[in-house]
Amino acid sequence: MSAGTITARTAAVTPRQAAWGGIALAGIAAYLALPPLLVRSPIPSLVLAFAAVALGAWAVRGEERRLGGAAVVIGLLAAVGSVAATGADEGKLNDVFVWGALAAAMLRYATPLIFAALGGLVSERSGVVNIALEGMMLSGAFFGAWGADVTGSWIGGLVVAVVAGAAMALIHAIFSVSLKADQIVSGTAINFLAAGVTGLLFVQIYGTEGTPDNLPEIVEVHLPIGSIPFIGEAFAQLSLMVWIALALVPVVGVYLFRTAQGLRHRSVGENPLAADTAGISVTRTRYLAVIASGMLAAMGGAFLSIGFVHSFNQGMSAGKGFIALAAMIAGRWRPGQTLLICLLFGFSSALAQRLPTFSEGAATLFQTLPYVVTLIVVAGLVGRSRPPAADGIPYERH
Amino acid sequence: VSLSAPGDAPPPEPGGTVTVASRLGGFMRSGGVLVPVLTAFLAFLAGGVVVLATGANPLSTYKAIFEGSGLNWLFPWVTGDDRTLAALNLQQTLIITTPLILLGLAVAIAFRAGLFNIGGQGQFNVGAMAAVFIATRMHGLPGVLHILLAIAAAMAAGGLWAGIAGFLRARTGANEVISTIMLNYTAIYLGLYLFGQGGPLQNDTDKSVPVSADIAQNAHLPVFWGDPELQGAHVGIFIALLGALLAWVLLERSVAGYRIKAVGFNPDAAEYGGISSGGQIIRAMLICGALAGLAGSLDILGWQFRVATNDIQISQLGFYGIAIALLGRNTPGGTVLAALLFGALLNGTSVRNLDPAVFDPALASNLTYIIQGLIVLLVSAPIIGTKLLGLIPGRKAPPKEEHRVVAVDRSEAA
Repeated sequence: MSAGTITARTAAVTPRQAAWGGIALAGIAAYLALPPLLVRSPIPSLVLAFAAVALGAWAVRGEERRLGGAAVVIGLLAAVGSVAATGADEGKLNDVFVWGALAAAMLRYATPLIFAALGGLVSERSGVVNIALEGMMLSGAFFGAWGADVTGSWIGGLVVAVVAGAAMALIHAIFSVSLKADQIVSGTAINFLAAGVTGLLFVQIYGTEGTPDNLPEIVEVHLPIGSIPFIGEAFAQLSLMVWIALALVPVVGVYLFRTAQGLRHRSVGENPLAADTAGISVTRTRYLAVIASGMLAAMGGAFLSIGFVHSFNQGMSAGKGFIALAAMIAGRWRPGQTLLICLLFGFSSALAQRLPTFSEGAATLFQTLPYVVTLIVVAGLVGRSRPPAADGIPYERH
Repeated sequence: VSLSAPGDAPPPEPGGTVTVASRLGGFMRSGGVLVPVLTAFLAFLAGGVVVLATGANPLSTYKAIFEGSGLNWLFPWVTGDDRTLAALNLQQTLIITTPLILLGLAVAIAFRAGLFNIGGQGQFNVGAMAAVFIATRMHGLPGVLHILLAIAAAMAAGGLWAGIAGFLRARTGANEVISTIMLNYTAIYLGLYLFGQGGPLQNDTDKSVPVSADIAQNAHLPVFWGDPELQGAHVGIFIALLGALLAWVLLERSVAGYRIKAVGFNPDAAEYGGISSGGQIIRAMLICGALAGLAGSLDILGWQFRVATNDIQISQLGFYGIAIALLGRNTPGGTVLAALLFGALLNGTSVRNLDPAVFDPALASNLTYIIQGLIVLLVSAPIIGTKLLGLIPGRKAPPKEEHRVVAVDRSEAA
C-alpha cells in the first residue's frame, strides 16, 4: 500500500520517499546534538533540520500532505531541540539521555499501552468500539493488587485481574452487542463504573492505609546480557509482562491476518451481514472479542499495579486506556504499527520522567508530554486511517 | 410520545454518517420525562444494593443524603432548627448545582451537534484558571467590571480549549473523544504547574501551599440567600439559569441552532443543504467550551475564591456533565433538573453533610460515581427506556424503531 504505486509517479524520488527522508534527516539532526556524539555547535544539526523541512515542504507540494507536514513539524522540532541541546549543560544532557535506560523506561511505560491497544484492536476488528479500555485497565490494576494480596502470589493477582477485566467487558458486550447501545456512551459509563467500583472497594478494604507494602510483584526476567552496551541496559532486567506484551503483538497479528478464525473475526467487523450469511455468529464473535479485549486491558492494568508502581491508588490508569485507544487508531488497526505508536508514547513518558533535571520548576509541565504527543499524533496521522467498516454499529438480524 | 420532546428530526438515511445524536434518538424521542425519571430511579435502586453490600442501610443512607442536600427545606412541615439547617444545606446544593447546569449544557449542545464532549472537566479547569488570574490581578477595577472581565476571560479560555478539539475534528478528523480527554489531562498538569510550588501563579504569602492567591474582595459574586460568611447561595445560579435559557433559544428558536442540530443529525444531508459541517462543529465546540469555562469562573468567583492544585486534580464536576446531559435528554430544561439532582447528591454525600455513622463519605463519593455510571449505561441503550416504559400499567411501549444496518462513512471521522 505504498503511495508510489497509487500515484504511479515516474520521478526518481516520490514525495512519500522525500517525506520519509526528511523525517530521517530530522532524527539525525537531533541525534548529533545529544549524547554520545554531543556536537557542541548547532550548525550541523540546523543544516540537516532545515534540509528535512525543505524535503517535507516539497513532499507537501507533491500532494503528500500528511507525511510531508509531519516531516516539516519534526524538522522544526529537531531544529529547536538541537539549538536547546547545544546550549544546555553537557553533564545534564548525559544524565537525561542515557539511551539504554531511556529504552528500558520506554518499554515499561509502553507495556500497559500495548496490552490495552491490542485489546482495543481485537474488539474493534470485530466491530465493537471499546472506549472502556480505561475502566477495564483500572479494574485490572485494582483486582490485580487485591488478588495478589489475598492469594499471596502475583499469579493469583494476574488471574483475578483478568477475571475482573472479563467481567467488565461482559457488561460492555451485553450493552453494545445484545442491547445495541451506543458503544461510546456505554463505554464511557463503564469507565465511570470502574472508577466507582474500584474506588469503593479500595476505600472499603484498604481504607486510608493503601495497599500493603509487601504486595507480591510480577517477576522480572534477568538475561545474561548485562555487559553489552545499550542492549544490556535496555533489556537485561525487564518485567515478565513487558516480554508478554511484546510477544502478544505478533500473536494477535498472526491470528487476525493469517488464520481462518481471524478472517472470520475481521469479516464480522467489516461486514456483519455477509459474515452472518456465511454462517458466522456475529453475536458470539463480538462477545468473545470484547471479553478478550477486557482481559488484555486488565493485564495492562495488573502490570501497572503489581509490576510497575507496586501499589494501587484511585484512578491510577490516568488516561492510559484512552492513550492506548489513540495508539490503536493512529496505528491504523494493525498490531505492528500500533506497537510503534505505543513505543512513541512510552518514549515521551520516559523522557517526561527525566527532563526535570533541566528545570525543576517546569517538571510538572513536562508531564503533559505524553498527552500532547497523543493529541498531535491523533490529529496528524489519524485522518488517513480507516476503521473496520462496521466498527461501532450494532448489528440487527432481519 | 410527548410532542414537546425535542429532537424529532428524521432518523439518518441509509448511507449517511451516523452520529451519537442520531443513534440516541430513540431515547431522546420516547416517553417524555418518564424514561429519565425511571432511569434515575433504577440507578438509585442499584446504588442502594451497593450500599447494602458495604454493610450499611440503604434507606437511612438515602434519607441522610436527602437531608444533607437540603431539599427537605421544600417541605412546609420541616420547621425550627431543622428548617435553618435545611436552608444552609440547600444553599450549598445550589452552589454546586450552578456549575453542573453549565457543564451539562456543555455536553448537551455538543451532543446535539453529533459530538461527544468529554472535555468539560478540562474546559472547566482552564476557565477557573483564567478567572482566578484576572480576579487576583486587576485590583483597580470596579466590582461589576472585574467580575465581567474574569467571566469573559474564563469563557474565552474554555472556548479555546474546546475549540482546539473542534478545530482538529473539523480539519483533520481527529476524534473529539480522544482529543478532549488528552486536553483534560493537559489542563490538569498546566494547573499543577501554574499554581504548584514555585509556579508562576502561586500565592505570595505561603510558598509551601500549592494554591493561587485569593481573588479580590470586589470580584466575589454577591450572595442572595443566606450568610456570605457561611457561604450562602450566590447569584451564579441565575447566570447558569440564564445560560440554560439562552441555550434553549439557541437550540429551539434560532437558525444557528438549527444548523448545529442539522449537522448533528445528518452531516451529509446538512452539507447537501449548504451547511458546512466543519464550521458547525467548531462553532458548537466553542459554545460548549465557553459554557464550561463560565462554570469554572462562577465556581471561583462565587465559592472557591482561589484555585488549589488539589482541587484541580480531584475535581470530577465536568464528568458529571455527561450524565446530567444524558439524563436531561440533552435539553436545557432537562439539564437544569438533572443538574439539581446531581448537585443534591454531591452535596448530600459530602464529608460535611453525611454522618459517617450512617455511611462513610469516602465510600459515598464512589457511590456517586457508580450511580452516575449506571445512569449513563442505562441511557446508552434506548431499548431499555422503551422496555421500562412498557412496564408501566396502562402505557403501551412505543413501537420498536426499525434498526437499519447502514454503511458508515467514517473516512473523515475517527
